[in-house]
Amino acid sequence: MRALVKELFVGRFGDPSGAGIGLTAMDDGAAIPLGNQWLVVTTDSHVVSPLFFPGGDIGRLAISGTVNDLAMMGATEVLGLTFAMVVEEGFPLADLERVRDSIAVACADAEATILTGDTKVMGHGEIDGLVLNTSGVALAQRVVPDSGLRAGDVIILSGTAGDHGLAIMTCRHGIALDGPLESDVAPINGMIRCALDAGGGDVIAMKDPTRGGLASALCEMAEKSGVGILLNGPAVPLTNAVRAASELLGIDPLIAASEGKALIGVRAGAADRVLAAMRKHPLGCGAAIVARCVAERPGRVVLDTGFGRRILTEPEGEPLPRIC
Amino acid sequence: MAEKPSPHRTLEFRDPRRGRELGILLNRICTEIGRDPISVMHVCGSHEQAIARFGLRSAFPAVLDVIMGPGCPVCVTDMPEVDEAVALAMSGVRIATYGDMLRIPGTGKSLADARGAGARVEVVYSVAEAVEIARETGEELVFFASGFETTAVATAAALLSSPPSNFFVLSAHKYIPPVMEIVAEMPHTRVEGFLAAGHAAAITGWAVFEPFVARHGIPVVVAGFEPLDILAGLARLLELIRDGRADVVNAYPRCVSREGNRNAQTALWRVFRPIGGNWRGIAHVPNGNLRLRNEFAHFDARRRFKIDSAAAHSGAPPALAARCICGDIMAGIAKPTDCALFGRECVPDKPVGACMVSSEGGCKIWMEYGGRPDLRA
Repeated sequence: MRALVKELFVGRFGDPSGAGIGLTAMDDGAAIPLGNQWLVVTTDSHVVSPLFFPGGDIGRLAISGTVNDLAMMGATEVLGLTFAMVVEEGFPLADLERVRDSIAVACADAEATILTGDTKVMGHGEIDGLVLNTSGVALAQRVVPDSGLRAGDVIILSGTAGDHGLAIMTCRHGIALDGPLESDVAPINGMIRCALDAGGGDVIAMKDPTRGGLASALCEMAEKSGVGILLNGPAVPLTNAVRAASELLGIDPLIAASEGKALIGVRAGAADRVLAAMRKHPLGCGAAIVARCVAERPGRVVLDTGFGRRILTEPEGEPLPRIC
Repeated sequence: MAEKPSPHRTLEFRDPRRGRELGILLNRICTEIGRDPISVMHVCGSHEQAIARFGLRSAFPAVLDVIMGPGCPVCVTDMPEVDEAVALAMSGVRIATYGDMLRIPGTGKSLADARGAGARVEVVYSVAEAVEIARETGEELVFFASGFETTAVATAAALLSSPPSNFFVLSAHKYIPPVMEIVAEMPHTRVEGFLAAGHAAAITGWAVFEPFVARHGIPVVVAGFEPLDILAGLARLLELIRDGRADVVNAYPRCVSREGNRNAQTALWRVFRPIGGNWRGIAHVPNGNLRLRNEFAHFDARRRFKIDSAAAHSGAPPALAARCICGDIMAGIAKPTDCALFGRECVPDKPVGACMVSSEGGCKIWMEYGGRPDLRA
């Protein structure tokens, strides 16, 4: 997908003037210099099947996705959101009300609100139920990109990996597990604010491990920074439910999406300080140092499994359960 | 609320500390053997998956060469077998098969090509799903069946539970023990011991390897699929090599017994009989193919339909295929990285050879884990 966007769009449209961040950077959002501040803008479209899943629904996902993309740029105080929906004719009103209520809760969690919106209806069978788009704007004193890492830097993961992806996949495959397996979908701008306040300029790079999970996010960070990343596999927090589901489906939790987690690259000297601040926040209580940046194999991620080392690659396409 | 995270809980067979201890043991036994290289072979895609996934190759002793043999059932499906399925599909018969079988190349076409040309080919996750489609549609449906004795048992079970009369099986099932003989007898083989697949042995029982060991004087260790299972299995195998003992050892006793699963064996041999046939890239393997017995002839696609495989030959094989070394890779003579096409012209998105098609194939597995499984180099 990244390759397709790069080929089709990047370079065809201008970047913001000055030191701004635009499409070329392929970051979580864009940043436009505004006096001594930055106006950060991002947009995100959401399709998910099923629309309602353990731990959340498409509405919570839509708000969290955009708020988190802003936060990953360092913009944690949301000025406002836009909200657009395309609805299939005959979509149950009760479901729409459920989505609306969930959006309201997510907005309250993020201390954000929807300022404007748009609605379209498409014919029965022309669209799969409901598609949402949200955009967001926020101001930031300092923009945090997803690059800029150098050897010696440390990468913190704000909690368990793979919860959203595996919750969705077990749901789709109709597999009932003994333990609770819920999506972690949540706006995490408050927790990111704690990390930024504690780390200041020592917080170098941030990325949320959504599609493609830790593997994709770390590969992107390594590539953009031109640094090697050594991921300490046994240090990655996983719930037992995620472990069980990943074994059952044959899907590596390292490639399964999170929707309420962040990877935060910090200078080594600030790591303990940032980690302690994050752990004080309810959404960062499971934070752990999972990786460090190294000079070897720039642009690549090496996974230490505890038994040996191997290269961790970006998954191609959607992860499919193994059949045998 | 989500479950409390438990980052330090270590699964019983994934304890890195035990792994390091076994690594030291492997090194010690290799030193005692004193040869370089010491080559052993496993015959299972799941073993290769686990070895690659846990980065075990980077921790093996430098002199230990763990070779992947013909352990991918999809990869060893012979071109004429694919041609039969393609011909049936092109003649309008509805086909159901496992996902990996779709892209495996035949002489001129794959089933995916046939589907692109309008044939009805469906991907199923199990034989039961194929039976269900036959039952629901009432149309003639051929299940193109692949897999070793493990998967063949499922096909046998389906045929023993009165499937509808419009359900047929085109068997490309293979039987592993005979191919080990072929590899052991290859003129340039360096294989000093075999690591046998635990799940297959769970069905056949470990005694199935006794005649092989007696004939060839090569030890066999049955191993499971967790990293500690594999390391412990290798340690046992190396000890047997060191001591010059040709024995069968069961290093997976929590799943495998001497006799195996009698019910599964009964089902397997009631439905199938072993016959000789070609394995792609390897050789003619006596008793290596599983075909339906006469009592099940009414479910046998080869008897129900007149299959004109020549119809599948139209279109020349792609030029790159001539440079593909899948045969050598499956025979354990070459590694994926020895192939000039690997990771360049031949990638999972656009596979040239069978080993890049299947998730059990050595080339696909190596690509999935970065194309370079040994990070010591």
